Amino acid sequence: MAHAYTPGLRVTRQATIRRERRLPLRGEVLVAVGDRVRRDQVVARTALPGEVTTLNLVNRLGISPAELPRYMLKREGERVAAGEPLAATRPLLKWFKTTVASPVDGTVESVSSVTGQIILRKPARAVEVLAYLDGTVVEVLADEGVVVEAQGAFVQGIFGVGGECWGPIRVLVARPDQRLEAAAIEPSCAGRIVVGGALLTFELIDRARQCGAVGIIGGGVRDQDLRKLLGYDLGVAITGSEKVGITMIVTEGFGQIAIARKTFEILAACDGREASISGATQIRAGVQRPEIIITGQDSEETVRDPRPAHTTGLQLGDQVRVIRVPYFGRVGRVIALPQELQPVESEARVRVLELELDSGERAIVPRANVEVIED
Amino acid sequence: MAELSVVIATDCGSTTTKAILIERRDGVYRQTYRGEAPTTVEAPFEDVTRGVLNAIQEVEELSGRRILDGERIITPAQGDSGVDLYISTSSAGGGLQMMVAGVVQSMTGESAQRCALGAGAIVMDVLAANDGRLPHEKIERIRQLRPDMVLLSGGTDGGTVSHVVELAEFVAAADPRPRFGAGFRLPVIYAGNSEAREQIEQVLGHRTALTLTENIRPTLEQENLGPARRVIHDLFLEHVMAQAPGYRKLMSWTGAPIMPTPAAVGEIMQAIARRHGINVVGVDIGGATTDVFSVFDGVFNRTVSANLGMSYSVSNVLSEAGVDQIMRWVPFEMDEAELRDRIKNKMIRPTTVPQLREDLQIEQAIAREALRLAFAQHRDLAVGLKGVQTERTLSDVFDQSSSGASLIDLRRLDLLVGSGGVLSHAPRRVQAAAMLIDAFQPEGVTRLAVDSIFMMPHLGVLSTVDQRAATEVFDNDCLVYLGTCVAPVGSGKPGTVCAAYRVVLPDGEREGELRAGDIVRLPIPAGATAELTLEPARGWDAGAGKGAKIAATVHGGVAGLILDGRGRPLQLPAGREERLSRVTAWNTALDLY
Repeated sequence: MAHAYTPGLRVTRQATIRRERRLPLRGEVLVAVGDRVRRDQVVARTALPGEVTTLNLVNRLGISPAELPRYMLKREGERVAAGEPLAATRPLLKWFKTTVASPVDGTVESVSSVTGQIILRKPARAVEVLAYLDGTVVEVLADEGVVVEAQGAFVQGIFGVGGECWGPIRVLVARPDQRLEAAAIEPSCAGRIVVGGALLTFELIDRARQCGAVGIIGGGVRDQDLRKLLGYDLGVAITGSEKVGITMIVTEGFGQIAIARKTFEILAACDGREASISGATQIRAGVQRPEIIITGQDSEETVRDPRPAHTTGLQLGDQVRVIRVPYFGRVGRVIALPQELQPVESEARVRVLELELDSGERAIVPRANVEVIED
Repeated sequence: MAELSVVIATDCGSTTTKAILIERRDGVYRQTYRGEAPTTVEAPFEDVTRGVLNAIQEVEELSGRRILDGERIITPAQGDSGVDLYISTSSAGGGLQMMVAGVVQSMTGESAQRCALGAGAIVMDVLAANDGRLPHEKIERIRQLRPDMVLLSGGTDGGTVSHVVELAEFVAAADPRPRFGAGFRLPVIYAGNSEAREQIEQVLGHRTALTLTENIRPTLEQENLGPARRVIHDLFLEHVMAQAPGYRKLMSWTGAPIMPTPAAVGEIMQAIARRHGINVVGVDIGGATTDVFSVFDGVFNRTVSANLGMSYSVSNVLSEAGVDQIMRWVPFEMDEAELRDRIKNKMIRPTTVPQLREDLQIEQAIAREALRLAFAQHRDLAVGLKGVQTERTLSDVFDQSSSGASLIDLRRLDLLVGSGGVLSHAPRRVQAAAMLIDAFQPEGVTRLAVDSIFMMPHLGVLSTVDQRAATEVFDNDCLVYLGTCVAPVGSGKPGTVCAAYRVVLPDGEREGELRAGDIVRLPIPAGATAELTLEPARGWDAGAGKGAKIAATVHGGVAGLILDGRGRPLQLPAGREERLSRVTAWNTALDLY
């Protein structure tokens, strides 16, 4: 593929980050272009139509569906309170009168003379969208939401679970390949986003949430620990709505893998600073990766976001990480990019590249099996 | 239309857009060049035509033919520039996602499902009056799913009206919004009891973009899916495609309506079955989904297993099949935790390829299970009509089959076709044959083939414009015949004789005994045939009845003739040592790795 983008994660010390904050339905936008917003500030609000309740009245009133409209005490569109009469028969003798009361507070949505069914809709529920970032409103999407812009460090993870949250970063390891013991997490981590090294074990994640940490970041997690955390085997990587009491982000993959050097340096430099994170991952077309955004750093040198990572294709000298066995997790520099397809051990004929690994060893790897590490 | 000499066709998949060039050379249509580029439906591009232009540009570079003039496709062809026709299929943006509803789940519910699947849709949910859900649960579900389209059916003509109107009321109460185009009304197709049309219009007419069409189940004994399928295709173009980023422009470029990818593959499968008068099963295993197609006695069925695939959905294959089912095909031991991490790493980085033989073996083991599960789902849906009253004669009393029996009869299957990366790009073609045999377990005599480079969608849409061009390319460049599998049905102690065979090959005769639990592979070159006589042992059936001899002409291919004595249903030894040695022996017999 001449136009292939080499997959790579965005990891940058300083970027201009824009995030669209959109309501699920049309509603009201509460801020204007130019407004400074805080991450926990409501920027747009709407009312989600209430749940519906259906009632079949004809059996209860002993009438035919066609007769129903005549016996209704409330018309379509009228409000009704729980316990208030909805429909009643009008017999000659009051003694035989049958009344059906509404089981819920709500509005009469429809009355059907075909099925004898009425639909009641409960009051609407408020839905609010928060700013998520400390930044400035740069665009208002009429009736739908806003775009918030902020400056800061931006790190994409490879996989996460749990939704948006924020708090100060707390780095608990000295090296990116270090494994953190659960006991190292203390109650003082409450409200913080913990950076926990090359392997997030279930014990470690569990200890962090018990201590009240809002997020935890690491190089890798083992699938068996993820299963324990979620309570089920994750089939398709669409995450972000899990209610596991903590947002978890891994930057490299499954297994024990050192956090990439640059990622670790950024996180270490931001120790103690406020960050907004999201574990939401969608690995489908239009891939979405989890993210760590540490706002508040102003600098002249900024990079526009979003843009596809590394659009130019692989170049000689690029630093890459191998993302499949046999060199999984190893880092190296591209020293040759042969054009012709070449057979690898599996006998597949693929486009390859030659790497000089950090250890000095040389390796031939399919191009599809590396990702670029941005400088 | 004037005779075509050069055609460019694209398939906009969810991850890649594939372009092929078809040229008439010496009077014969051939596929000549191929290019691909990432699909650009999503941000930051949000314009499908970018990916199409990039893929075509690659074809230009490889072929030397000038096809594009800036962002315009040059038509007609003149000398070495331009093309006579541009056509496309699409499954980008998740394909066509539908919700269907019927009164009785096993009757109109199933008919509606078959109708939508046959039209190339992914069915997100089947609502039925008797599906066990409470009304508010149904309404919540409709609202949550945000389908592209709803197909509402129910009731035979002249039958009950109230149930189907009730379903319409649920749809109206949910007030669902389509996935694309916030300001648009959701397309709803009504294909139920014709006597309920007026009421349906009253309930849904003002809230949705309602289209009324013929009943898909006018009587219990009759299914009429054609008209509703055509409406689905029209609405797909008008509503869904026209709202997706860049498609309006793309639609103005094409010389024939854009088809949903699976619908195009379905066209080509039906064309093969019709042309040769055979029963066909086809499978397309992708990264996210696996589609299975079948044509038995002219009846076409398609199913899509939305969460069985080799990259995005690979982890779901693991959770549905289980580790043991996958590892049973692998001739070595592996730590479960390690296997799980590897599969999850493939899920989060779906574009990687196996570099090691061992890794390839694991990937092909997963493919066997994905194919097996997808085929099981297909067998469940490709059934005769349920609810049909049949007159039973005395002889039928002993026949256990009833209405709703599966239409898939593996003994009568003539051709099994595989498509999708793991099959089309297997380093050795015989590996594709082995995966198909292990997953589908064909019985009797079955010919095997793969789609060489995944061009069935392109040819499917081409066949709607020029049948001859599509057929010629299909025969010459698309299908790679792998060979023939011959599998007697039965079971026996490993090592005992299950059949005696005699094969008259182009270069002489071979005869021998096939033993239970063994596989024998005899080379027959592509294009050649051989005469096979097989005499099954007592209790074994090769298609003519237990112990009855069969004679057949078998076709060759890269995998040749595979005599499969492992029995049906295929059972692997439970013991670890025995399983490892057996799987290794099969791999050696087939020269798999």
